[in-house]
Amino acid sequence: MAKSVIPIGPWHPLQEEPEFFTLTVDGETVEDIDVSVGYNHRGIEKLSEMKSFDQATFVIERICGICSTSHPFAYTMAVEDVIPVEVPDRAKYIRTIVAETERIHSHLLWLGLAGHFLGYNTIYHWVWKLREEILDVLEMLTGNRQNYAMFKPGGVRRDVNTDNVPLILKKIDGIIPTVNRLKKAILDDPVLHARLKGIGILTKEEAIDYSALGPTARASGVAKDVRKDAPYGAYDKVDWDMIVTENGDVWDKAVIRILETYESIKIVKTCIAELPGGEIDLNIKDIPPGEGIGAHEAPRGETFHYVRSDGTNRPARHKVRAPTFMNLPTYKATVIGETISDASIILAAIDPCYCCTERMAVRDMEGKRLFGGPDLVKLSQEKTAQLKREMGVQ
Amino acid sequence: MRTREQVLKDLQTRFKDDIVDLLDKSPKRVYMEIKPEAIVRIGSYIFKDLEARFNIASGVDARSHIEILYHFSLEYINLLISLRVKLDREKPSIDSLANSFKAVNWVEREMSELLGIEFKGHPEMKRLLLPEEWPEGVYPLRADYEEWDKNAIRDRGV
Repeated sequence: MAKSVIPIGPWHPLQEEPEFFTLTVDGETVEDIDVSVGYNHRGIEKLSEMKSFDQATFVIERICGICSTSHPFAYTMAVEDVIPVEVPDRAKYIRTIVAETERIHSHLLWLGLAGHFLGYNTIYHWVWKLREEILDVLEMLTGNRQNYAMFKPGGVRRDVNTDNVPLILKKIDGIIPTVNRLKKAILDDPVLHARLKGIGILTKEEAIDYSALGPTARASGVAKDVRKDAPYGAYDKVDWDMIVTENGDVWDKAVIRILETYESIKIVKTCIAELPGGEIDLNIKDIPPGEGIGAHEAPRGETFHYVRSDGTNRPARHKVRAPTFMNLPTYKATVIGETISDASIILAAIDPCYCCTERMAVRDMEGKRLFGGPDLVKLSQEKTAQLKREMGVQ
Repeated sequence: MRTREQVLKDLQTRFKDDIVDLLDKSPKRVYMEIKPEAIVRIGSYIFKDLEARFNIASGVDARSHIEILYHFSLEYINLLISLRVKLDREKPSIDSLANSFKAVNWVEREMSELLGIEFKGHPEMKRLLLPEEWPEGVYPLRADYEEWDKNAIRDRGV
């Protein structure tokens, strides 16, 4: 069969890195992959140089809609590293609570979408209903479901309202039984085992060579997590475990995200219970000349910010590196040799943006359209259905 | 396992002719200025022999020169080493690290188009972020960048 080229993408206006994949396929097998990004490049690094240190926090927050604390968290730490100062304990705890609550909702969101790609739409709706509970918690903590505007260099903008704490704890406890059921439903499902195990493998050597981050690296046995390696916030003050698995396939990446949800629940509950008193903000007025680095473990991996100050009220240079920037190139190692029906879930396994996958179109070399995005999701779902029939599972 | 002092001492003795300046900023941060021609030697030594993770490189237009900072994390001693190289602003050029490890591939492409730095020997030097229509020789992250005719993008018929 002749080789065909599958263009996937390029437009996805919601997340920070819209991607355009070009898959070269021979029959069902992916022979080569090329990724290009930049279709929605907003020039945020340049924009940030035109804002004051305080204003930049708001711009940075809008880099990503799903993890909108990750970038402010790393950025404020970078600014604090320029001076350098330590923020008050209460601010550290509040930052940690918001960041971990966000991790729960982000991991759940991924799980739902992965379920959808695989034809498990029950999981999709189930998880997203559960995620609403977490968004309610975030609203109680910060006043908003997304773009919380909680962070500022030197502390946090708002205190946690103690009247809400019992309700927050009740809500978080309330989701645990559902997460338990979800975990059991996914981990005990023979079809999902057959569908996800052994596909899209990223070996440990490749993960190191690409400097992959977050769940993508930890699924390949690379035990690296900024929260453990270079503790910040309240992460060294509460007890939690880093989840690491060895196989590097899509299954392990899913397992990591499910188990990390539990760790995040644990961290949030401990932090709320042990929330220390005191100030929440240092009221930093001037940033001296110098440079600083901040790194935060976002749900997708380390977010890295480099800030240089020349003594004015604006950053002279602000470098932003989102985790997907390091994780995306690993497709060269994971997708080649797999089938098209597996490609959509492998591409989704590092937790990038999804609309790209929904905008897939398969064309033959003359440019005739063969498949659209919904067809590829259908292809993936049909494979699961076929596995179910073969295994005699309803 | 190596300690922080051992790692720094090892680097200073091994590359004593290449290190221009060493700024021990805090227990977690070290900035090391090196000669640009030594980047492949020192960069791949830190990545491979010291088993560091490559965070990212950040290019800076410092007006008098172009600077690149290569950030490496050494998790086992909780240290972030930033290698600093200073390049001539008129014609910035440095050897590519992308043949030593893959993690640096994308960011070199990014710096090449946004700051106009030449990376000698890069295996797949093509545009990463900017569109194909973007004119040659216009580098948006340079301090003296002025917006060129945006209508050219608007009218390209997309």
